[in-house]
Amino acid sequence: MANLTLVQAINLALIQEMERDDRVMIMGEDVGINGGVFRVTEGLHKRFGADRVVDTPLAESGIIGTAIGLAMAGLRPIAEIQFEGFLGPAYDQICTHAARMRTRTRGALTVPLVIRVPVGGGIHAPELHSDSPEAIYTHNPGLKVVMPSSPRDAKGLLLSAIRDPDPVIFFEPKRIYRAFREEVPEDEYTVPIGKARMVREGSELTMVSWGASVIQCMNAIEQSGRDIELIDLRTISPFDMETVSESVRRTGRAIVVHEAPLSCGLGSEIASRIMEECFLHLEAPVQRVTGFDTIMPYYKLELEYLPDAARIGQAIDEVVAY
Amino acid sequence: MPVEPVFETRIDRVSILDEHGRFDEELGAGLIPDEDVIAMYRHMVTCRHLDEIAFKLQRSGRMGTYPENRGQEATSLGAAYALRKEDWLVTCYRENAGLFWRGLPMEYVLLHWMGDERGNEIPQGLNVTPLAIPIGTQMLHATGLGWASKYRGEDGLACTFFGDGATSEGDFHEAMNFAANLDLPVIFFCQNNSWAISVPTRIQCSAPTIAQRGLAYGMDCIQVDGNDLFAVVKVVRDAAERARTNQRPTFIEAVTYRLGDHTTADDARRYRDEEELEMWKLRDPLIRLRGWLDARGLWDDSKQAALQEDAEAQIAAAVERANEVEDLPPTEFFANMYKTMPPNLQQQMRTMRTSSLGRFPETADQSATT
Ligand SMILES: Cc1ncc(C[n+]2csc(CCOP(=O)(O)OP(=O)(O)O)c2C)c(N)n1
Ligand SMILES: [Mg+2]
Repeated sequence: MANLTLVQAINLALIQEMERDDRVMIMGEDVGINGGVFRVTEGLHKRFGADRVVDTPLAESGIIGTAIGLAMAGLRPIAEIQFEGFLGPAYDQICTHAARMRTRTRGALTVPLVIRVPVGGGIHAPELHSDSPEAIYTHNPGLKVVMPSSPRDAKGLLLSAIRDPDPVIFFEPKRIYRAFREEVPEDEYTVPIGKARMVREGSELTMVSWGASVIQCMNAIEQSGRDIELIDLRTISPFDMETVSESVRRTGRAIVVHEAPLSCGLGSEIASRIMEECFLHLEAPVQRVTGFDTIMPYYKLELEYLPDAARIGQAIDEVVAY
Repeated sequence: MPVEPVFETRIDRVSILDEHGRFDEELGAGLIPDEDVIAMYRHMVTCRHLDEIAFKLQRSGRMGTYPENRGQEATSLGAAYALRKEDWLVTCYRENAGLFWRGLPMEYVLLHWMGDERGNEIPQGLNVTPLAIPIGTQMLHATGLGWASKYRGEDGLACTFFGDGATSEGDFHEAMNFAANLDLPVIFFCQNNSWAISVPTRIQCSAPTIAQRGLAYGMDCIQVDGNDLFAVVKVVRDAAERARTNQRPTFIEAVTYRLGDHTTADDARRYRDEEELEMWKLRDPLIRLRGWLDARGLWDDSKQAALQEDAEAQIAAAVERANEVEDLPPTEFFANMYKTMPPNLQQQMRTMRTSSLGRFPETADQSATT
């Protein structure tokens, strides 16, 4: 066991998997000598050499498109996109090709690719460095989407993602890259994709979240003094409806919290699924606490945009009082 | 002959005032009136000071990430000087000198990096686009802006700036291809500063010059010493002439160097040779221009001291204006989403401090004003 930050846990997972499997390689902008702009790949270039940790030209479409080729050829590329705001140029390769190759070829060609992407707001970053586009990629069939909220989960989920036979977008909430440490086992372990984590149990209502918002939810729950159940989805696509549904049937109330905009955010899908599966158990409408349907503001106002304990607390009061 | 050359070419490099102070009279004489050289020198020194202050603001927590322009002042300034006011400047984020010369108030750039969108609220009539954070995307807009000028039968043009790294993005190539094949008045101005964060230019381009990328699109291309203000002015003037009279684009590779870190979030010592940096410090465009002025008796230490004082006062005033903007109302980011705010956004804005149920609109409205 070591006491690690999220960054260190991911770094450790990368090292261990690269030691274990020489098909695994890392590619992206500044991932080599510089160790990535967040230092997630620190030391890897030195350890594994320039053939396995590759500084690419500055081209996101190029990174993902070539990674698809590498993956189809049987390698296990891990491509880094420097910030979620720069997924744009790669969107076509991700959604038009990576997501569809298995279907188009009836399984003859597959894309076992991991796309690592720092995500989300709250770090005073410039424009296009603070968005939360996870729902866009969830809406595109053929991709798996993962977002850990703790160092321990990050390591286990990343190993699962690398070993997964299909493309996985691995979102890393940059707000908690170094916000806290956690005991992370040295030994190899995996956290299954598609399985939520029960962060705390409770009976009054069910709160569903992922990524850095999980921390805001914890704060809100502590401040409310109520007996609230908190579920960290960890995997957004496909998400663990079984755990959510079991919980909401018990508590009768649900709140979904995410940083991404409200409309067609994951909260919409989760609320619909709850309505379909738990309708007769509900004591209140499902509530969403999310970003707004606006462009993510520059950092002076980012805390007004991001759900915080105060806004989540209001939702708790409303849902409980309903 | 079964095999014969169908196309041969070469890439020229233009240098007028070199790093040793040698001045090419043939190309340089009368190119820029002395008083303009002095004005541009003053401007470059002031921009350099802005970098220094912005760096300090960032380090003391009063500004977010900031990209120093240090060492690259001559490029965008030379271009802005050589162009007309109606020509578009479509920039990246290392073109402070050109933008300020054009008339963008300095506090705008400060505000931008202080996390305030009002820094992008370009004053009416100033034909510049906001700083481009997504690398390599803005060149297409320049192509469209140049196209619009041609469409209207005007003789304006668009000049777009980008780094060596940006030439790897697909959009860059599409912009070049459109401009060349549709005969559009666009100047592609590449600031090759040797680095894209930690990645050396060799990873973006393995040809001997970036300039020759323009050849593949059939456009005129030229390399220029980007730390030589005179040479930059000359090549941009030539390119502008080509754009105005023949509606043809030009690709300019300005060879310059990033004397600072990539941004304040970067530490170049992790990947860059100290020796390389020291060598480029000697080619600093400010030192070179000062030498030229000194040699002609146009400048001296007392003028320099007065300029330094003046620069400090100017930047201090700009910082003060940036700091003194009114606080943004917490709902400000709803304001400019559309010309008219749709009802769903009006409702979200009203209840922004609470959740979407809207069961207690009274409390919601109250807290929204706090
Ligand atoms: C589309 C996109 N990808 C990645 C980034 C992150 N990034 C910011 S600056 C930069 C390097 C840019 O290098 P270059 O084009 O040479 O410009 P320079 O910073 O050297 O002036 C990178 C990779 C970005 N801003 N946009
Ligand atoms: Mg560069």
